[in-house]
Amino acid sequence: MRLVERLPFGSRYRLFKRRLHPITKEFGLTLYVLRKSKLAVLGALVISIFLFLALFGAKLAPYDPIGVDIANRFITPCAEHPFGTDKMGRDVLSRMMSGAQYSVRAGLVVLAISLPVGVILGGIAGMYGGWVDETIMRVTDVFLAFPSLILAMAFSAALGPSLFNAMMALSVVWWPYYTRLIRGQALSVRETSYVEAARSRGASNWHIMIRHILPNCFSAVLVTLTLDMGLIVIATAALSFLGFGAQPPTPEWGRMVSDGRIYLMQAWWVTVFPGMAIAFTVLGFNLLGDGIRDALDPKLRRLTEVE
Amino acid sequence: MKLRTYILRRLLLLIPVIMGVLVLVFIISYIIPADPARAWAGPQAREAQVEALRERYHLNDPVYMQIYYYLSKLILHFDLGVSVTSGRPVLTDLQAFFPATFELAIFAFILAIAIGIPLGVVSALRRNKPTDHFSRFVALGGVSTPLFWSALLMQLLFYYKLGWFPAIGRLTVDIERHTGFLLLDSLLNGNMAALGDTAKHLVLPVVTLAFYSMGYLVRITRASMLEVLESEYVTTAKSKGLPRRIVIYRHALKNAIVPPLTLLGMSFGRLLGGTVLLETIFAWPGMGRYAAGAIVQVDLPAIVGFTLVAAIVMILSNLVVDILYCIIDPRVRIGGRAR
Repeated sequence: MRLVERLPFGSRYRLFKRRLHPITKEFGLTLYVLRKSKLAVLGALVISIFLFLALFGAKLAPYDPIGVDIANRFITPCAEHPFGTDKMGRDVLSRMMSGAQYSVRAGLVVLAISLPVGVILGGIAGMYGGWVDETIMRVTDVFLAFPSLILAMAFSAALGPSLFNAMMALSVVWWPYYTRLIRGQALSVRETSYVEAARSRGASNWHIMIRHILPNCFSAVLVTLTLDMGLIVIATAALSFLGFGAQPPTPEWGRMVSDGRIYLMQAWWVTVFPGMAIAFTVLGFNLLGDGIRDALDPKLRRLTEVE
Repeated sequence: MKLRTYILRRLLLLIPVIMGVLVLVFIISYIIPADPARAWAGPQAREAQVEALRERYHLNDPVYMQIYYYLSKLILHFDLGVSVTSGRPVLTDLQAFFPATFELAIFAFILAIAIGIPLGVVSALRRNKPTDHFSRFVALGGVSTPLFWSALLMQLLFYYKLGWFPAIGRLTVDIERHTGFLLLDSLLNGNMAALGDTAKHLVLPVVTLAFYSMGYLVRITRASMLEVLESEYVTTAKSKGLPRRIVIYRHALKNAIVPPLTLLGMSFGRLLGGTVLLETIFAWPGMGRYAAGAIVQVDLPAIVGFTLVAAIVMILSNLVVDILYCIIDPRVRIGGRAR
């Protein structure tokens, strides 16, 4: 083990080191540092399990996640039902396995809506400045002045409680964060000398935006997206927990926690295991997000211990 | 710019933001597909009654007129309207519920700071040692655990299994109230039993909420401290032979505290959002539970009142943080950017 000043390009890396596009090279380097971090790999593993369950969990579930079987209600965790059964006699493990898809869907939908909105508005605000910037930022101020959970609750109550509406409500709450992030990046990149050079060559705002500003936002956005996936999973579950998201009998994790709540004393497993699934998933995204941030940080990258 | 002018300017900026918040809330209320008046009147109500309610709450008018009515009442009479479900003025309701939430939030806030910041500092000082791993683990746990789940776990463990602390409510036997802050009230009454009882009721919700907000605090304190510790002036201070304690507290910590402070200003809003979940679970008679109930019942005046208060609290906490900056860091010029 030794501390190195710059990353030694391993033999495998050197094979295709010759003429790489800077972005590809950057990506390879990041991946290389990322692989060295045990925690990031652990996070990626947890996320893979989560994604796998989202795709195939419903098919692999040993029992029917929705069908009622009153004779078998509240069975304590045993060999047949590792996580026990709930008040309707449904297997908690099967419900958890088929529930992963809702969290994944919520995370992806919310990001797919709020990120483009944030990028476009933030880019415009940072690029043009002046009254355009002022208007956009004051609107985000209004959105950020609310506690986000309460705003999301109000929106999903207004639209009518369902998982889809909860996703829409969360998207409405989420975009101002990206707008701020992108605007901040755009403002700092706008002042750099290479943007000035591009401008003196006669490059248009649009060109500068696509070629210079957005690529520079990439790493910040990547880290934020990974961490936010976890936050959205929690927020969706919280909305469902309060009754504004998924409706019974949907095996959404937050909904399951809330369903088991009244029976906490007699059947703790109905509440504890789905909550644990949420916690582990979010932990996975946090570990990976931290790993990516460290891998992208040039200062930390220099200090990464490599053999 | 003078500090007083700055604060005044920031307070004036409250007005457009509050206007925006009002517009947003009224737009939300406008897109509700269900008819709120019908929901309030109940299923048996006759059409005339529903119509009367609609008239009374100006539901037939366009959004901008609704906002106008609301604002004129607010500015002329400091009147937030009457809650549909409780039948009391919203302002009275909020005043009644505010102390409960404040008691909860402020203790959680203090606990989070008292544990979170030292933990983050120690973690940075002992980087990659067992202490660091422990505090990072705690912080990650706080960030990753859903608040509603950890609250239920606390109830399960400390109420159902161990029976150490009560799981719901603020106190067992009601006492005479003067301020609404029960710790203060029981002291004023000289009722030590009630004081202990209130404190016991506070433990579970406060610890849960503190754990939730502590996670981010530890992480950001650690990161910022690590960055400062690597800077050149810290190396200079060390090589001058200054005692380690002085280097850490006088030189490093003072600069490292700025990012956690920013986070604290913003996290007060998160805390308010968190109280909705927490107060529902712990049957805590506070503003969060009031807001959740109001949203379920489509109680528009109550929703608008609560969101206004929440927005004002958030903006004020950000202002307090900005003022603290200048006290801690003389380089921060008020109203300008740090150099």
